[in-house]
Amino acid sequence: MKEWRYWLIEQRGTLMALAIFIVMFVIYTANHPAGFTANVVQTAANKGVLLAFVAMAQTLVVITAGIDLSVGMVFLLTNCLASWLVVGTPGETALGVVAVLVAGAVCGALNGAIVIYGRLQPIVATIATGAIFYGIALLLRPFPGGSVNEDLADALTGKLFGFLPLSLVALAAVVLVVWVPFSRSVYGRAAYAAGSSEMAAYMSGVPIRRGKFLAYVLSGVLAAMGGLFLTFFTYTGEAALASGNAYTLFSIAAVVLGGVSLFGGRGSAIGAIFGALAFRTIGDLLFVFDLDPLWQPLFQGVILLVAVSLGAFGLFRVRNRLEWFL
Amino acid sequence: MGRIADRMPKFLRRADPAVAVAFGCIVLLLLLGSLYSRNFLSPEYLLQQLKVASFLGVIATGMMLVILLGQIDLSVPWSVAMGAMMACAAAAYGPVGTALAIPFGILCGVLLGVVNGIGVAYLRIPSMIVTLATNAVAQGLMVVYTGGFSPQDSATAAMRYLATGFAVPGIPNAVILWAVIGAAAVFLLTRTGFGRAVYGIGNRERAAYLSGIDTRRVVMLAFAACGGLSAFGGVLLAGYASKAAQSMGDAYLLPSIAAVVLGGTSILGGRGSYLGTVAGVILITLLQSILSVMQIPEAGRQIIYGVVIVAMLLLYGRAPANR
Repeated sequence: MKEWRYWLIEQRGTLMALAIFIVMFVIYTANHPAGFTANVVQTAANKGVLLAFVAMAQTLVVITAGIDLSVGMVFLLTNCLASWLVVGTPGETALGVVAVLVAGAVCGALNGAIVIYGRLQPIVATIATGAIFYGIALLLRPFPGGSVNEDLADALTGKLFGFLPLSLVALAAVVLVVWVPFSRSVYGRAAYAAGSSEMAAYMSGVPIRRGKFLAYVLSGVLAAMGGLFLTFFTYTGEAALASGNAYTLFSIAAVVLGGVSLFGGRGSAIGAIFGALAFRTIGDLLFVFDLDPLWQPLFQGVILLVAVSLGAFGLFRVRNRLEWFL
Repeated sequence: MGRIADRMPKFLRRADPAVAVAFGCIVLLLLLGSLYSRNFLSPEYLLQQLKVASFLGVIATGMMLVILLGQIDLSVPWSVAMGAMMACAAAAYGPVGTALAIPFGILCGVLLGVVNGIGVAYLRIPSMIVTLATNAVAQGLMVVYTGGFSPQDSATAAMRYLATGFAVPGIPNAVILWAVIGAAAVFLLTRTGFGRAVYGIGNRERAAYLSGIDTRRVVMLAFAACGGLSAFGGVLLAGYASKAAQSMGDAYLLPSIAAVVLGGTSILGGRGSYLGTVAGVILITLLQSILSVMQIPEAGRQIIYGVVIVAMLLLYGRAPANR
């Protein structure tokens, strides 16, 4: 086979997510009363970017064959923290941003340490750490409030040259600075290898522990980026349990739509970004068709159920029934 | 090591260390509590705790069945809420509705469980994912049904009686119900082919399939039972609070998983006893009770709760090393 065909097969999930997103976005803008204007794109981008960051965070853990059910709570925690720290002079604001990202990294490191060195199952461990993170978020913000450096917030949620949403630029920058170097590094390959077959990777002397640990830490940083942007959009910090749970759930939906294998070892964060944007657009389709917003949770749930059921089509290719059981 | 074990009484030798640790922690918690307030060792307080524990106990029984299979059910929050809301909703439809309220609530939970089971067993979707999705669907259905508010219908007299009444003087009905459901679970797990199949599938589904077990049917039945038991827990909770509420089930996901896992059931499946789950349920309930008696705010409770669960799992819930 030619080189480009290998590349195509490897990127199939990502391209599929991109295609779903484009189709959905075209339907969305075609039916939007304002049409395809810079403001519609900006609003859609700002909503989508939040989920895109959280979905990228989820991807990093899912690639190692884990799952992070605390990702929404890290998102909340960093939002609450940012509403305290990202204020004041430019210097203080910059320090605050760094502190929030470090806090995210610490959350990720805690998850990673418990899962990798404590050898606990990721599901149980991250549900429990999620309770801890939520508790801390509630401690920081028992009531919604706080503020943020509004100049920075307005700049990062505005438009560049009058049409390009700056939040998308920031997302692209994070992909270039975090995801691309990681996925091409030895540790990134180790994370993939550990997700694909931990035993084989271990036997081959791949640094799986450090690779997985780095994946968890970066996952925390990405969730913190999401938390920062939430603060930029809302100007406040709020420890809303329902919102944290929803983001955890939607991040998994986005990862699935983005072609990342939940069994680990396959997929990319870029696919997850398109999955997130597509999921957000599908959820917003209800509004442009003027349906009651009460139906939105059901609509999103059904989409999620259908999306995960599509994976079952692989069963038709199974020739030996024993392959049902992994 | 072996020498010391030989000299211990038989029932101690056979006990799972995890179960023993869990019971040890219960005693420790009671002692700590009694240092704080004398009332902790009074029969009234203990009986009250047992009553509160029985709601979690019913839900954790279903969760245990699923965890023994090596799966997990994350749709518990809205199975609980759906069971409660649907039972209360049925009560609004005259005397027939009132009579059928409890079965109807449970039936809704079973249906949700069957959807989970089909997804996991026949479509081979990871249970974590499919149950998260059905949880979202159940939530969506309930939001559409209630309009986003707590429903106005209230629990029937029968539901209140089951949750708060006393059929036998001195023992709350909820505790009796938990005991009956627990006894049925023990019988099912240790004395029937279904129970053997559950343990077998949890150890290695392939091997269970090759030994002639219809593993997919067993998995589906277990998920259906889990959905039904969660919904029944919801019905009891609605009877206890005399109405259903939005997100009333959210507080039961982590505790039900934690109770099962702290009781020594392996999260990977195939290993665990119901006695351990009982210990886990009581342990979690006591922990919650002590934290609320000490008037620690919600934030602190969440943190302590998460830390305790991680710490206890690190003590005895670790996977074998990669060597």
